[in-house]
Amino acid sequence: MLEIRDLQAGIEGKEILKGLSLSVPCGEVHAIMGPNGAGKSTLSYVLAGRPGYAVSQGSVTLDGKDLLALSPEERAAAGVFLAFQYPVEIAGVTNMNFLKTALNAVRRARGEGELDAMQMLKLLRGKAKDIGMSEDMLKRAVNVGFSGGEKKRNEVLQMAVLEPRLCVLDETDSGLDIDALRVVAEGVNALRSPDRSMLVITHYQRLLDYIKPDRVHVLAAGRIERSGGPELALELEEKGYGEVKKGRLA
Amino acid sequence: MGAEVVSPSKIDESLISEPYKYGFVTDIETETAPKGLSEETVRYISAKKNEPEWLLQKRLEAYRAWLAMTPPDWAKVSFPPIDYQDAHYYAAPKKKEGPKSLDEVDPELLKTYEKLGIPLREQEILAGVTPSVAVDAVFDSVSVATTYKKVLQEKGVIFCSLSEAIHDHPDLVKKYLGSVVPAHDNFYAALNAAVFTEGSFVYVPKGVRCPMELSTYFRINAANTGQFERTLIIADDGAYVSYLEGCTAPKRDEHQLHAAVVELVAHDRAEIKYATVQNWYPGDENGVGGIYNFVTKRGLCRGVASKISWTQVETGSAITWKYPSCVLQGDGSVGAFYSVAITNNCQQADTGTKMIHLGKNTRSTIISKGISAGRSQATYRGLVKIARTAHGARNKTQCDSLLIGDQCGAHTFPTIEQRDPTARVEHEATTSKVSEEQLFYCQQRGLSAEDAMALIVNGFCREVMQELPMEFAVEAQKLIGLSLEGSVG
Repeated sequence: MLEIRDLQAGIEGKEILKGLSLSVPCGEVHAIMGPNGAGKSTLSYVLAGRPGYAVSQGSVTLDGKDLLALSPEERAAAGVFLAFQYPVEIAGVTNMNFLKTALNAVRRARGEGELDAMQMLKLLRGKAKDIGMSEDMLKRAVNVGFSGGEKKRNEVLQMAVLEPRLCVLDETDSGLDIDALRVVAEGVNALRSPDRSMLVITHYQRLLDYIKPDRVHVLAAGRIERSGGPELALELEEKGYGEVKKGRLA
Repeated sequence: MGAEVVSPSKIDESLISEPYKYGFVTDIETETAPKGLSEETVRYISAKKNEPEWLLQKRLEAYRAWLAMTPPDWAKVSFPPIDYQDAHYYAAPKKKEGPKSLDEVDPELLKTYEKLGIPLREQEILAGVTPSVAVDAVFDSVSVATTYKKVLQEKGVIFCSLSEAIHDHPDLVKKYLGSVVPAHDNFYAALNAAVFTEGSFVYVPKGVRCPMELSTYFRINAANTGQFERTLIIADDGAYVSYLEGCTAPKRDEHQLHAAVVELVAHDRAEIKYATVQNWYPGDENGVGGIYNFVTKRGLCRGVASKISWTQVETGSAITWKYPSCVLQGDGSVGAFYSVAITNNCQQADTGTKMIHLGKNTRSTIISKGISAGRSQATYRGLVKIARTAHGARNKTQCDSLLIGDQCGAHTFPTIEQRDPTARVEHEATTSKVSEEQLFYCQQRGLSAEDAMALIVNGFCREVMQELPMEFAVEAQKLIGLSLEGSVG
């Protein structure tokens, strides 16, 4: 499903990803772990097509489709969803309106019909209820005045509404206390499905206590240094990233 | 990254360069006054409109006053001097004689308004259901149709062109015309008072709530012609009326002058809501052509606890010079100004309001949202004046500017004159930029860069947009979207 081959990319002339290869099969959840500055956020932005990030070599395909040739919104329509580390505030735009506009844009691009106001309202209320979000939150401006936990939960709501093929979670655990973390993780777990892959990017192992990955990859200095099963995350937690860099991780 | 990916600088440059949708010209036989401005021109217009002598004398007085005046030079706009002898001051579609009923409107004109999306045909009125909007359509210098007059008449509401009002309701016109904006008020108001040709007239009698939205749609069609309309709205004791004005013009390479005057009078406990969706041709991306919109709008809250609100969405015109104001004379009267002004390319807008507090416990609210893109300049200019008599007056002003790109400018010139120590005046101002991060966030959720920009800008303007009558809010929202349409991506 997601195939990354020899990806070299960076920003403002600085190369950050230096030949990264990774494949995530359909229905699997893979974790990317790594120290600060390893290129974790760069990877998520490159996958989503953030302006300013330049790819100098390599390929990225989703379901065989060349993602790098697509604009950010075309990637979204193709099923790429990025849960932001720092969700952005949009003053004056209600969550409801934002979700409606986004879902209809994606549905149009996918050749599905737009939903009318009633259908939309019903769907959004249902999805909000599923993840235990009050309807009140739908009426508030996107992320404005939201707590850290509310912002992340809002990302999960968007994910649930847009039904992506590939979810990239960029440090979703950052800034969350343990209760908020649990709630967000539950939301993510509810979205696990055989037709959906997830890439969970995190610095700490603790998120993986709640979102159990099928595979764990260690990203360091712009490359996947090691891959393994869930146990690799525990090993990392114990020994630290330094050991991985030195190649001493047994 | 693929070639389709937009760099932030590219977004900045290519914003809001939409093709103007209303730029077509209607091919219709037009009767125009000879070019130039003189006493003869004034007499010509007055004769054309078959006006009473007193009005002709008022016009001539205004003309003479105008001759002695100079154009205001304090606004933050620049343009070459206007040659007032090089324009026509009267243009009207030729028509056969006879009473003006909707069935007799030239089909070419009906088509024009259809293209503009303005309904000039009355829908059949179903039992008990009142249509939501009545329209007066002004084409160049004359009103071509007013809908639902009968329905309104039943309630005692007068809604007609100013020309008709001069003949059918001379006492009202004589009493109120020029009572809020006198001819010598300023250069453009004097010019208007001399050569005004058309406009709308509204009178809502005591205790009547106008059963539908009233709307005037101004269209400039003829070339080298100025439009000088004059609108007069009176709400008698306890009356209520909500009014909307819309405007468009064809694309032309020369600038055209639009110098209108709007006067509102609210008596005891009356309320007037006046909304404008201004979409005059803004000129091309190099500043060629476009309308000069030099307009004087003022409302007088004459009675106690009267209310006047101005809501404007300004997307058009090459240059805007406009300060819809409220004179809060009645004790406890309330004034409001809600404004969205979008400028792009070479557009210049110097707009704002004046809130003149005279009565006790008068209140005013100002919310101004300026959005500038391209090489445009947007200025908010406001005056809050608290007279010695205005004990307990309150004003709250909020002025927000949004910048798109790095070649545009936003300026704020607030003036506060406070003569009464019991009054409370608050002023807040912010300036922000649409961030690349916000755009990317929206795009990641599936929105195109244009739709993302429209959404963000609409959000920025929300407090103002929600003041628009429901029927027009959606339209105005779309207009903002259209104004933001560009070749992003």
